[in-house]
Amino acid sequence: MSSAVTSGVAIAANPWLAQPARIAALTQEVAGVATYHLRFVDPEVNAAYRFRAGQFNMIYLPGVGEVAIGVSTGGVRTGGVAGPTPRTDAAAAEGPTWDHTVRVAGQVTTALSRLGVGGTLGLRGPYGSVWPLDEFVGKDVLLVAGGTGLASLRSAIYELLNNRDRYASVRLLYGARSPDTLLYASEYPAWIDAGMEIQTTVDRAAAGWTGPVGVVPQLQSRLRPWAPERTAMICCGPEVMIRFAVRAALARGLNERQIWVSMERNMQCAVGLCGHCQLGPQMICKTGPVVRLDAIEPYLAVEGL
Amino acid sequence: MADQAATCEAFAAELPRWIAKGDFQSLIDRLWELGYRVIGPTIIQSAIGYDELRRVDELPRGWTEQQSAGSYRLVQRSDGAWFGFNVGPHSWKRYLFPPQSVVARAERQGDWWQLHDVPDDEPAFAFLGVRACELAAIAIQDRVFLNEHHTDPTYQRRRERALLIAVNCTQAAPTCFCTSMGTGPQCSAGFDLAITETADGFTLEVGSERGAAVIEGLPIRQATADESAVAETERARAEEQISKRLDTTDIRNLLLGNLDHARWDDVARRCLSCTNCTLVCPTCFCHSVTDVTALDDGSIDRVRQWDSCFNAQFSYIHGGVIRADVRARYRQWLTHKLASWIDQFETSGCVGCGRCITWCPVGIDLTEEVAAIREVPS
Amino acid sequence: MSAQPRLAVFKFASCDGCQLSLLSLEDELLQLAARVDVVHFLEATSRIEPGPYDVALVEGSITTADDEQRIQQVRRDSKFLVTLGACATAGGIQALKNWSGSEAFVNAVYARPDYIRTLETSTAIADHVAVDFELRGCPINKYQLLEVLQSLLAGRRPRTPTHCVCVECKRRGTVCVTVAQGIACLGPVTQAGCGALCPAYDRGCYGCYGPSEQPNLVPLTDHLRAGGMKAEAIATALRSFNAYAPAFRQESDRLAAEVAERESTP
Repeated sequence: MSSAVTSGVAIAANPWLAQPARIAALTQEVAGVATYHLRFVDPEVNAAYRFRAGQFNMIYLPGVGEVAIGVSTGGVRTGGVAGPTPRTDAAAAEGPTWDHTVRVAGQVTTALSRLGVGGTLGLRGPYGSVWPLDEFVGKDVLLVAGGTGLASLRSAIYELLNNRDRYASVRLLYGARSPDTLLYASEYPAWIDAGMEIQTTVDRAAAGWTGPVGVVPQLQSRLRPWAPERTAMICCGPEVMIRFAVRAALARGLNERQIWVSMERNMQCAVGLCGHCQLGPQMICKTGPVVRLDAIEPYLAVEGL
Repeated sequence: MADQAATCEAFAAELPRWIAKGDFQSLIDRLWELGYRVIGPTIIQSAIGYDELRRVDELPRGWTEQQSAGSYRLVQRSDGAWFGFNVGPHSWKRYLFPPQSVVARAERQGDWWQLHDVPDDEPAFAFLGVRACELAAIAIQDRVFLNEHHTDPTYQRRRERALLIAVNCTQAAPTCFCTSMGTGPQCSAGFDLAITETADGFTLEVGSERGAAVIEGLPIRQATADESAVAETERARAEEQISKRLDTTDIRNLLLGNLDHARWDDVARRCLSCTNCTLVCPTCFCHSVTDVTALDDGSIDRVRQWDSCFNAQFSYIHGGVIRADVRARYRQWLTHKLASWIDQFETSGCVGCGRCITWCPVGIDLTEEVAAIREVPS
Repeated sequence: MSAQPRLAVFKFASCDGCQLSLLSLEDELLQLAARVDVVHFLEATSRIEPGPYDVALVEGSITTADDEQRIQQVRRDSKFLVTLGACATAGGIQALKNWSGSEAFVNAVYARPDYIRTLETSTAIADHVAVDFELRGCPINKYQLLEVLQSLLAGRRPRTPTHCVCVECKRRGTVCVTVAQGIACLGPVTQAGCGALCPAYDRGCYGCYGPSEQPNLVPLTDHLRAGGMKAEAIATALRSFNAYAPAFRQESDRLAAEVAERESTP
């Protein structure tokens, strides 16, 4: 009689086993926001790691918890617009770093902010959907961002600008609370040089600010030239800002299949299992964070979904 | 598991067999001999729950229950039936997807913490007494935990080794609506063995090679035509007794198209947001993982626990919670269970077992909530 | 001088049960003692050092004029102030006098009522000073206390659930006593933390941990009344260790007002 119990079972990989990574360098962006340039401790893991624009990693601080952070540009670049990863660490030869722009908001990000260069943390990923930049070839690409939401567009920006000739135009409309909270401001000149048009706006002006004051959707309504039929829009920011930006775009003739947004929800497992990140039918960690508007439009305006 | 369903069909052509009640202990003994941990129905506190089982006299023989919205009472039967009851407060979920488990352990190593697996040492389970709706529930959790996107190691290990002995219902509770969800009452697929109780014994169907191997050499013979006919009558009674209905016509669009319906406000005034419906549900899978630090060596266990969309903190995101009131949370549960589950897993999340109705402390009945929305869509 | 965090334990009007939870940690306490300096803990040691303290654990409610002054000093001396248990967090069982005044209680309890100087109310610590963290329970759960202390050492917020007791019942497989036995249970509106002890022994929850996050009391009491329980009895059940916790107080007041109105109508 054979025992049914001992039959061999190939057990699946455990998604919770974050890989150790080190803070190779750190860039203080604006008040309360820093970019952590991370490198996996294991060189093989670091060399094999790949992500695509729009995806996120889970950053794990043992004893504190995990948080989902978009991966922004990083890695080795050849030609084109170089990512601004500072090479202050003597060992840039150790391989690429993976950049995570983090705003101090909760427990994990607070604990993270106490770590300095050399500090270790856990990293697993990448997870989630990507900005479908290949679909934008030949189009006017409109990037709309609010606040720290620009971080989720950063790798898309570098990818667009590194292949600038594939797109008719690349324009960024970006709003922040005040001039001193405009993220990545030092990188704008390089972006402009590489062929991107940038318009910024702030909620509150400060001395020396000559740009517009107001919200991003106001920039959208004044945008010229405007060819809705060949425009693709990608958008990230606070949910209320996304709602208004989307409304403004629809009002100017875009349809729901021309707009992609990156959504934020409580993500714990990142593999579509724990149920925390749902937004209507979407599990944001799995079918998002980047979703085409037609998939979520009915749910975007529903309070408390 | 598709291959298991296929095997069931292959065996379905065979004539049913027969095991006398007097010989049933030999089946349980065999399971333990094979290394299975047998889990089956038994009386726990004041209800029929699932727990470890070694002897037939631990079965709730001669007991049944009366169920209604918000109420469950154990009652004695006159006929001494062994499986003369319906589903209770427990489900097999607690064995395949345990309420608490350690998904990883972190140990200090230099200036970093090395994370590693914590092996699950639970022996293989033999579930005795799985109802048709519960087979369906397990099949739904298979889609959640074992899909092309992600496979959960603990669930996979336990699920693949588990032996499922189904029991056909011979009665229905007023809270049962499996016929509306297309899951029962008859067990048709997904089992290794399935039995139907009659006065003297059980007809027995084999659903898999594993099931066939388990009963090899036990005092089991071919069922007579009469025995098969009696079993058929018993099964038919369950179906006749089902009175509750849930109209599932276009239910996804009905619910997702009525997210601002006044009924959500109405149910929010009755709902305690106590999580009971989600935790008794055999398919609800939501959970949370938190770190627990050992005081002695400082090692950290990443502990996974059942959680619920009815907990306010469940939707916490920096700065606040997204589903901040009971209205939003009940809506999340019902629309997920009956509507968005279909988008996510290509199946409803509901099997019609009625547990959420019975075990709601204030007796909220989801079929009534859906009916109210259907009656006056916004 | 030690660089370890300085921990102090203070007692106000209470039974000492919560402090005992700290002592009953036994094994863990020794490990803990290696990481903190306990500089004020009268229940355990006669060693008394003046402030400042890094962490103050405060047990008990404010019931005397002296206490009103003393808690101010404790607050001034302490960086992080944690209240322990129902007395410190909600006024405790002694807050029952808040409804009827203290005179009747004092006369009933003490041989020489004239020796007693007490306030008319028993109130939570947070009614007097800012509190950094409230640990619920009557008594507190020692493992939750451990979590609080560990989290403070680790520099993060304590992780103590704010959901209701039902979650703990279901996780441990306890059969719902309300549904299966018709027993009145405050579990659906009471914060978890005890491990759902009472229902595991076929008793309804007494509400020792006070109201859970966003407790929905009205449908629960409506349901209990529909099942035959009298409004008076429900109000009494709500008025126990956490009687003066706002959510419980509000609902028991609502029920009591109904009873009073009914009695005044001929």
